[in-house]
Amino acid sequence: MRSWLASPRTGGLAALAAVIALLPLGLVNNYFYEVAILVGLNAIVCVGLNLLIGYAGQISLGHAGFFGLGAYGSAILSARFGWPPLAALIAATLTVALLAHVIGRPILRLRGHYLAMATLGMGVILSIVAATEDHWTGGPDGMSVPPFTLFGTSLSGEGAWYSVVGALLVAAVWLSLNLIESPTGRALRALSGSEVAAEVSGIDSARQKLMVFVISAVFASVAGSLTAHYSGFITPSKLSFFHSIELVTMVVFGGMASTYGAVVGAAVLTTLPQLLTVFKDYEMVVFGAIMMGTMIFMPKGLVPSLGRLAGTAVGALRGGKGVR
Amino acid sequence: MSAQLVQYLLSGVTIGAIYALVALGFSIIFNASHVINFAQGEFVMIGGMTTVSLAGAGLPPLAAMIAAVLLAALVGLALEKLAVEPARHAPVVTLIIITIGASILLRGLAALVWDKKVHALAPFSGSAPIEIAGAALLPQSLWVLGVTLAIVLALWWFFGRTLLGKAMLATSNQRVAAQLVGINVRRVLLISFGLSAALGAVAGILIAPITLTSWDVGIMLGLKGFAAAVLGGLGSGPGAVLGGLVLGIAETLSAGYLSSAYKDVIAFVLMLAVLFFMPSGILGGRAVERV
Repeated sequence: MRSWLASPRTGGLAALAAVIALLPLGLVNNYFYEVAILVGLNAIVCVGLNLLIGYAGQISLGHAGFFGLGAYGSAILSARFGWPPLAALIAATLTVALLAHVIGRPILRLRGHYLAMATLGMGVILSIVAATEDHWTGGPDGMSVPPFTLFGTSLSGEGAWYSVVGALLVAAVWLSLNLIESPTGRALRALSGSEVAAEVSGIDSARQKLMVFVISAVFASVAGSLTAHYSGFITPSKLSFFHSIELVTMVVFGGMASTYGAVVGAAVLTTLPQLLTVFKDYEMVVFGAIMMGTMIFMPKGLVPSLGRLAGTAVGALRGGKGVR
Repeated sequence: MSAQLVQYLLSGVTIGAIYALVALGFSIIFNASHVINFAQGEFVMIGGMTTVSLAGAGLPPLAAMIAAVLLAALVGLALEKLAVEPARHAPVVTLIIITIGASILLRGLAALVWDKKVHALAPFSGSAPIEIAGAALLPQSLWVLGVTLAIVLALWWFFGRTLLGKAMLATSNQRVAAQLVGINVRRVLLISFGLSAALGAVAGILIAPITLTSWDVGIMLGLKGFAAAVLGGLGSGPGAVLGGLVLGIAETLSAGYLSSAYKDVIAFVLMLAVLFFMPSGILGGRAVERV
């Protein structure tokens, strides 16, 4: 029983599901629901991005591009071509997966700074395209997106959206935890440590990196599509460089190589701007300071650092030497 | 040669010189520390915006410019001392996030300290265009080209002839060996950040009368400076200059003959193409990764 509860795959997942199930008790009005839904959508992206950054050790500064492609794909197919939103979402997701697969090959051959700049360049290209092709995207002013319908019934109301996003988040976390525990996860951690050493021990690092890149792009695209349908409006800011940075900050702040850390990071950094109304002007300063501060003082991120602190405390209480 | 083509080439060389200065800044820091400073573009912004605001406050233009370069250099030194130095042994991803954080922070501060409007700086010596083969050349372009040339020559002298410059070169070649022969490697790192911040600020001041300046010019100029550095071969001084000029000319030609809306895309497409197919750039040596 104890080991069942302590395992992140079962105990942690149960805790997350419980939090999601009980949270509506504290969500007293629609605004709170709205924030919770945005948290959930961002958390889905971050869980995927964390697989790439935290586990595979590959940075992406262009994930808002995939998020935005999903959002615009859904928006354009459903608004301009009258596709059912679900079909639009699936088509957009498949397109993003294909695109990530095609560009992932050359991009992931790059390392470190080069990879960062290449993903950044890719993101910037996508955002310029979105702002320029205004007959499709509405240009910098954005475009409106029809509401999401599921088998003929329209998904409306904060409660319904909350349930859908909550269920998807649990599914995303479950997928991520399973992937990490699988041989693929071990391979990823190996190549994140040293790619050459991983290759020598027989890991096809190019294939593993590509797979995680595609998975994280798919997570971002699905969340992007849903965000577009949920908010009913989409502007190029969703695929801007700054949005990519926001996503990376969430992952980094919550804790690299920690799936729950990604969720916590998304929760904290999505809620913060909503809570402080004056925050708008200071948004960039705060995000920049959080990125630098986390990396300098708490490079493992919030959740792993707290976990280690708790582990040490428990160890001390037991009179042992303390666990690492 | 048609007047139009001459016009595009002149504008391309001008903006290319600016990219070259930014690219040199990237290369100097990269050589000394193997860090790509993602905040490089913000030094360009600090240069332009500080000059505009100090000149607006009544300072003589030259004094405003000198103050702006000094301020940028100070910010560069602070960045190295407070953020890069503490994380010196951290993985690359960590350093990338730190310098990106710094760039977001500086940009946010600029929006708070100044504003989010676009500002113009008066040209250094009038704005009556000089006619060359039917094309108009702004006097400011001559300033850009002249100062860039002077800086390139000064850097060439600095790295080739002075003890400090040679120490910096030695550090970039082999840090441990440099330390063994008594070079203060930490000081070299610090100086490289200050120097490249100052270069960025000069670029920002030179270009402000032509393309205007604002709190967020750093992102595009920084990215294109990096694209230029990669194009020429990261870490190579002549490569940075060549990459800047090639990029500037490619950009104005494509803006003129293809599509002006997509002129910014050209830089990134070029950068991706170079990264994919020619990762060491035009003049760079082959990069060997140590395990």
